[in-house]
Amino acid sequence: MHLDPEFLSRIQFAWVIGWHILLPAFTVGLASYIAFLEGVYALTKRPIFLNLSQFWLRIFAISFGMGVVTGIVMPFQFGTNWSRFSDAAGNVISPLLAYEGLTAFFLEATFLGVLLFGRKLVPPSMHFVAAVLVAVGTLSSAFWILATNSWMQTPVGYEVIDGRYFPKDWFEIVFSPSFPYRFAHTVSAFYVTTAFVVLGVGAYTVRRGQSVAEGRVMLRLALWFLAIFVPLQIVLGDMHGLNTLAYQPAKLAAIEGLWDGGHGVPASIIGWPDAAAEKNLAEIAIPKLGSLYLTHSWDGAVKGLKDFPPDQRAPVAVVYFSFRIMVGIGLLMLAVVAAGFVLMARQQLDRTQWYLRLCQFTTCLGFLAVIAGWTTTEVGRQPWTIYGLMRTADSVSPSLTGANVLLSLLLYVAVYLVIFPVGVGVMLRVVRSGPAASEDLAPIGSGRPKSPIEALAATTPEGAR
Amino acid sequence: MQALDLVPIWTTILALGVFFYVALDGFDLGVGMLYNFAPDRGARDLVMNSIAPIWDGNETWLILGSVGLLAAFPVAFAIIIPAVYFPILLMLLALIFRGLSFEFRYRDAEHRTFWDHGFAAGSALAAFAQGVVLGAFIQGFNVQGRQFVGGSFDCFTPFSVFAGVALMFGYALLGAGWLVIKTEGALQDWARALGRRCLIGTVIGIGVVSLWTPYIDPHIAARWFSWPHIVYLAPVPLITAALIWYAWQSLNDRSEYAPFLASLGLFVMSYIGIAISLWPMIVPGHFTLDQAAASPSTQAFLLIGTLFLLPVILVYTAWSYWVFRGKVRSDIGYH
Repeated sequence: MHLDPEFLSRIQFAWVIGWHILLPAFTVGLASYIAFLEGVYALTKRPIFLNLSQFWLRIFAISFGMGVVTGIVMPFQFGTNWSRFSDAAGNVISPLLAYEGLTAFFLEATFLGVLLFGRKLVPPSMHFVAAVLVAVGTLSSAFWILATNSWMQTPVGYEVIDGRYFPKDWFEIVFSPSFPYRFAHTVSAFYVTTAFVVLGVGAYTVRRGQSVAEGRVMLRLALWFLAIFVPLQIVLGDMHGLNTLAYQPAKLAAIEGLWDGGHGVPASIIGWPDAAAEKNLAEIAIPKLGSLYLTHSWDGAVKGLKDFPPDQRAPVAVVYFSFRIMVGIGLLMLAVVAAGFVLMARQQLDRTQWYLRLCQFTTCLGFLAVIAGWTTTEVGRQPWTIYGLMRTADSVSPSLTGANVLLSLLLYVAVYLVIFPVGVGVMLRVVRSGPAASEDLAPIGSGRPKSPIEALAATTPEGAR
Repeated sequence: MQALDLVPIWTTILALGVFFYVALDGFDLGVGMLYNFAPDRGARDLVMNSIAPIWDGNETWLILGSVGLLAAFPVAFAIIIPAVYFPILLMLLALIFRGLSFEFRYRDAEHRTFWDHGFAAGSALAAFAQGVVLGAFIQGFNVQGRQFVGGSFDCFTPFSVFAGVALMFGYALLGAGWLVIKTEGALQDWARALGRRCLIGTVIGIGVVSLWTPYIDPHIAARWFSWPHIVYLAPVPLITAALIWYAWQSLNDRSEYAPFLASLGLFVMSYIGIAISLWPMIVPGHFTLDQAAASPSTQAFLLIGTLFLLPVILVYTAWSYWVFRGKVRSDIGYH
């Protein structure tokens, strides 16, 4: 069997970023949620919001820790496996990555300490400010990482000298054409992901009959939030798609599974894209609908995959299906939220067992949608690392053999398959211990809690084991 | 307009960043290695507590170091990192394991022994891997044009493996020095005893690497041993020798901060020694700092924010060490 270092490096990158992205997908939203709870508590002084904030902070600390250690891996991937890309694009993308490190380090690490350990040391308003700044830190991380990614998708503001990319206009580089849409769509996705986790945990808490008051607040807050953000997310997704149509038409054609471009193109609902035959097998499609939602006109012109040479097309089936999974999950989310509002209107929300169970199952929906969406945009960028300019095949480190990368990939797989189940298990324990666990806030001692998690764990009966 | 040459500034920032990482994560990796040698469970908890509030902040310097290298000297990053593919992989996996062992040993009590071993082994492996990276870096890489073209296992040589072991001793010495500061009584005596052994290992490491390096590379030999360099550079070995003597003394008497500071001094001198050997190369034998530097626009764009944020980070770091100062005691906090 031939081991291709490029393909294996792509799998490895997908593996480490696929697991890593689950953590920001959760912590970006959770940081803002905690800031909201802290704000409400600082204003109203109602202890239920303090309980909820304490509860979610425990979970935040664990997921944040996992995000940090899996995040350290990411910049090194650019060097270990994609050294030619690093040499070619380093002058443009490196400051964006460095700013991510600097600002995130500054805002998150600094104020996370106050947030986790400072409850008794600072007044509630300051504690709220710390929570806001941690949330701003997570958003600024997302800002710089997505700015980097967006430049790779829609590169502008550069000049090429000897095959290497040099900055010409930093504003253009940071705010590249796909960036505003990608940033809005991604952050909104992270918020929705977190809200579905809160919804699921709230449903579990209500169903179990302990800390019901906290559970009811979580359920309702999450539902109201999702009622705004799920539709908003669908609109943002549509705008992002139109941006892709304008700047990455080959990717859009792969998303649509559209082989033959032209006027009044159909919308492919489902089918099997066959790249060799250049058509979709067993396809259900609606005539002219594609043009309508892509160009907002029944006869709008859209390019098809056949308008691009085969060596400039993404792996169509992967992009086609991941996009449909994402959209399908989005519609499912809409249904779950709508059902919740019907039950809320009938005042049966807290008593409808099937719905509460359903909410527990939908906890993972956001994560699946994030992975599917990320797959759509990243695999859709292929065969390029810098869209239209630098090929993935020309980006990989020349010194690597297939066996080298297979070995490193297997080691990453082994380690991540240990740490992620354990991490999730640890978070589930916190959920089981519940939000109303005793709130005799952990003594700060002489400021020497042993670890963020433990300081919080000490506030639960289980932690006192 | 003649742009200001920012390369010296970035060289300084990067050198400081790497040194901060080595000094800060060095001692907590060292503490991690010594952890499993602690006499009993209570002692182990104290040892763990001595670094608990600060270790993750220390590790963040690694991100700044790696991204800083990419930003300031992109071609050096593109050559060095793939050349040390497996040591970097081992280091990353070890750091992941170590970091999460820290968090999981409290929350996943059934598997506590497993996470305890994960913590100690992860610390040791990360230290060893960093030493191999350093050794391979000093030896130089097989470069064509702007890319590393050697094999992924080329970096494992007797010299680099020796450097890996030497760095384990060095970090453990820093860790022992830290424990002397943070503990008292019998546990401190234990730290001192381990510190003496680590000092012996470190001295052997520094000595062998110092003699082996000029033997590998005649340019480095010429730089150190030719007249009149040998006179100008004589203070480096002399100060190092004085520090070794001071470290040994302070481990034997009652001084609390001196062992750590003397060990840190040994790291400073070794760092200076390596810098003298390699200056002005960032990829030994192929790229000087100036040749590898990022475009002036890149350097300037990043410098603006760095000059504002880096001092804040330094002040915050200093403040957090101040907050968590003093001895760790078993009657405070958890359990």
